[in-house]
Amino acid sequence: MSSVEFRKDLFNDERDDNLQEIGKPTRRQDILGHVTGRSPYYDDHLFDGLLHMRCVRSPHHHARIRSIDTGMAERMPGVIRVVLARDVPNNLNTLLSLINFGKDEEKLIQDTKVAYIGEPVAAIIAETDRQARDACAAVKVDYEVLNHVLDPEEALSSDAPVVNEIYPNNTFDYHDLYDHQKLRFGDVEKGFAEADHIVEGEYQMSPIEQAPIETCGAIAAPETNDRYVCYTSTQALFFSLGTTAKLLNMASSRLHFIGGTVGGGFGGKVDSIVEPLSVLGAVLTGRPVKFMWDRTEEMQVGAPRGAERWRIKDGVARDGRILARAFTGFFDAGAYTRLSSYAIIKCSAHLPGPYTIPNVASNVFCVFTNRTPATAMRGFGITGVDFAIECHMDKVAETVGLNPIELRILNAYRDGDMKPHRRLAKNTALIECCQVAAQKSGWSIGADATRQSSLLGGGGARAEIPETVTDSAGRIGERRRAPVPTAPGEGAASKGHVRAGTQGIPIVAAAPQDEDMVIDPARTGYRGPSSTPTRIPDAAMTPDHSLQPAAAAAAPPPASRPGPVAPPSSSQYQQAKPPPPAAQMAPEPPAAQPPAVPQQPASQPYKPEKPFSRGVNRPGVSRFLSGSRRR
Amino acid sequence: MVTITTVETLQDAAANKGQGTAFLGGGTLLMRGVNYGDQNVSRIVRLRQPESLAGVSSEGERVRLGACATMATILKSADVAFLHAVARAVGGPAIRNMATVGGNVFAPHPYGDFAVALLALDAKLRMSDGSELELERLLAARETETRLIESVSAMRPAGDDFRFLKVTRVKPRGASVLSIAAWLPRRAGRISGARVAFGAMAPTPVRTPAVEAALEGVSLDQNGIDRALQSVANDLNPPDDSLASGWYRKEVAPVHLKRLLLGQGTR
Amino acid sequence: MSKTPVQFSLNGSPAAVFVDDAQNLLDVLRRGVGDLSPKYGCGQGTCGSCTVLIDGEPHLSCLTLAETVEGRAVETTNGLAEGPQLHALQEAFMENFAAQCGYCTPGMLMAAKALLDRTPRPSREEVIEAISGNICRCTGYEPIIDAILAASGQPTRRTG
Repeated sequence: MSSVEFRKDLFNDERDDNLQEIGKPTRRQDILGHVTGRSPYYDDHLFDGLLHMRCVRSPHHHARIRSIDTGMAERMPGVIRVVLARDVPNNLNTLLSLINFGKDEEKLIQDTKVAYIGEPVAAIIAETDRQARDACAAVKVDYEVLNHVLDPEEALSSDAPVVNEIYPNNTFDYHDLYDHQKLRFGDVEKGFAEADHIVEGEYQMSPIEQAPIETCGAIAAPETNDRYVCYTSTQALFFSLGTTAKLLNMASSRLHFIGGTVGGGFGGKVDSIVEPLSVLGAVLTGRPVKFMWDRTEEMQVGAPRGAERWRIKDGVARDGRILARAFTGFFDAGAYTRLSSYAIIKCSAHLPGPYTIPNVASNVFCVFTNRTPATAMRGFGITGVDFAIECHMDKVAETVGLNPIELRILNAYRDGDMKPHRRLAKNTALIECCQVAAQKSGWSIGADATRQSSLLGGGGARAEIPETVTDSAGRIGERRRAPVPTAPGEGAASKGHVRAGTQGIPIVAAAPQDEDMVIDPARTGYRGPSSTPTRIPDAAMTPDHSLQPAAAAAAPPPASRPGPVAPPSSSQYQQAKPPPPAAQMAPEPPAAQPPAVPQQPASQPYKPEKPFSRGVNRPGVSRFLSGSRRR
Repeated sequence: MVTITTVETLQDAAANKGQGTAFLGGGTLLMRGVNYGDQNVSRIVRLRQPESLAGVSSEGERVRLGACATMATILKSADVAFLHAVARAVGGPAIRNMATVGGNVFAPHPYGDFAVALLALDAKLRMSDGSELELERLLAARETETRLIESVSAMRPAGDDFRFLKVTRVKPRGASVLSIAAWLPRRAGRISGARVAFGAMAPTPVRTPAVEAALEGVSLDQNGIDRALQSVANDLNPPDDSLASGWYRKEVAPVHLKRLLLGQGTR
Repeated sequence: MSKTPVQFSLNGSPAAVFVDDAQNLLDVLRRGVGDLSPKYGCGQGTCGSCTVLIDGEPHLSCLTLAETVEGRAVETTNGLAEGPQLHALQEAFMENFAAQCGYCTPGMLMAAKALLDRTPRPSREEVIEAISGNICRCTGYEPIIDAILAASGQPTRRTG
């Protein structure tokens, strides 16, 4: 057991020091099963007459399917059933439709167009795995190979091939308005104008496969009560159950999902791809069916952490204070959304990292390319941009000639500071982490930096929401008509203002449609969104081009470093009343929705094109037969 | 569908060769193909007693390795201590208990590091029809070779004349970014008749004639090997794969050759 | 498809099973014999989770043609414990947090057993070498190395 060092000198009044388990060696409760080889992974459930399913997969990045000839495969020894797109009752889904986010766009089995290497076009169920493989090799698919695009920025060009026909602009649609997720806080252009240095950088991460040792898979079998049991490797049991119910148009009460013992996941086992296919196989054959990826599939088809590309532009004062930071981010979603759209929402709430910067803007694109769809992996949406941010902090430190740890302490957020997504920072500890890291690594930092504390110097003016400049560039479809600049604030699109102190626009995506979705405050202690969306009062918005002068001139950079506990000057913030408590809202969209949208009346709430629907829609049967839809 | 034919002698096995037939060595590559539905293999021929072809022995200035000798067999034999570092570079312990000398000669890119060493050590093969064949000639046409290997004979190098190095991305075990084997006989401190072979730098292990020529008559020091390092690029046109691009392999090959020749970083 | 009878010793007990053509030992152990302790991780010899001992030496069961174990002795994690008495390696893996998801554990244990059977007091380097063909995605290996050293009765020495 490795030793854990507790720094009880820090924040000691913030917790009860009565930890019973943390910091003490303990045995895992499941470890006896692990060391005896008895832990029941999904593949450890034996069934008589088990059938094996394998997929015929696209060898092309992008191709139209002219025809699929399964004649020879059907006659091969051991083949029980060939499964095609037409066998899937409701063959269009998006994973996050279960939380009403995004449009259905991905088929379980393709029949018209493949958009990445390995996309399934047919599945074979046979007596043995080898027979299924041999039959797959005998399926003849006539493809018309199409141009493909593998780079997210190339996919944004107006003449790029359409990867995903549901999103013809190759971008996920945010809030039915924008081809990217915006975050605006203050006025970055003003911050750049005040800065002594402009520091720019570009950072890029490749996709990363989670590579669990147990490959994704599931075994489904008919039960005697008109239900189907499914043993699965899933990390998200009820997501997989709900997705299966939707794709197979089957009441979720008929699905008996058993999971829990997962041979490594790391995010790669949430996509609920294998469960619907194995259950469909059991439905079509009436026999137990195993669908288990081999290692090649796990690596090629298994959705990785997606590639990201980031451009960061900082306006920095001579003394190292970062006055403005603008991001442009490109998430390579691959061919379908999976969880990339959500990664960007998480990401936008995280920007600009653990620093208090008075002016922040970001445009983050969820871009479709002909690569393997991307999904969850350990901190996805955060880790990539943190890599970019921390590389960039070093670049800033180099530019201004500051010790990189001191630079971080100087700009660190402190308790009570307003973050750009308009939540107050609390329980911050970056300063203390930097101090301990410096001490442990023998990296000397100055006395000023050593005396700083996350508990002091935050809040006050730093708790306020500044007047914010907005823009309406990057509306859905614009890019297909003509190239549009992707840098934040660029372009001729109309600009607007949101008055200081304004929280933003909570958007209620859709009213709960079933009783079990209504959040019970007595039970959860969580006050749900009001049924009528809260809007910024019209008076708070100034959707015109005339920039209002800031109420106070920016403070000149101090001649020397800030005092022991004095945080960076924030007098450029407008003085305003402290903000009201953070408005509660639907979990999907962030608060930072730019409001300056002339076409949309401010009083009209967001409405999805199609009402949220899942599972069966039979008279007298609730559409929601299971209770969980929060992850 | 794959059928299995079990035979008693290598000659029986060779007689069974034909379209879609593969001979089972250690199985580390063949069974992988079987598991993944390789449609090119419909029949596996195996020896009932592969141990009969697994001997390791000395023959004067040469050593003879049975084709079915495993990497673990090599590691147990003091006669071939100079090959221990090479055998240890092949897979983990379980793979080494399975992988055979003969199979390694037929291992596709990026595998076959043991064959790289054999190539540098002037290996000659005794084939199932009784004929002798230089390893280099077999490698040049191994896709169409129908005979089987019975045993391999290789030079026993003197002192530290033999060097081997394998570069992997994963530590401590991984497939080759590249491997290099060099046999550097010396007379009065000068190299005479060097043989230098590279693995994972071509579809098969290959010798590098320009490097060998540049090493002729030089001493093993920075000045002496300089021309050889510059020659590496002339001999090699390495492939791209998921481990490294051909460009990268070509760029780093002289770096690793230098380390090998000067005794830095060998293992 | 023909079936071939194969007899071998499994964890000291006789086992007899009919195998399909070209069936690998992993598949035969799991579905033919019902010993579920070796795991499928790759089917290509890269992960080590199917490691079993054949005549005392570690082999990858996914790459072993089942009929080649005729007459040989196969050992799996299933046979490590003697009744309720766990093997020292199993105890040490539990104590040292050497498993998280547990999927690589049976293969690790067999690779480690092969080492300790031959080398009762291995060096840390020998331990690393012994498990170099086994991939673990959870632990970062250090707790596993510690556990194997602990099982050999040696002090663990954590680096870093």
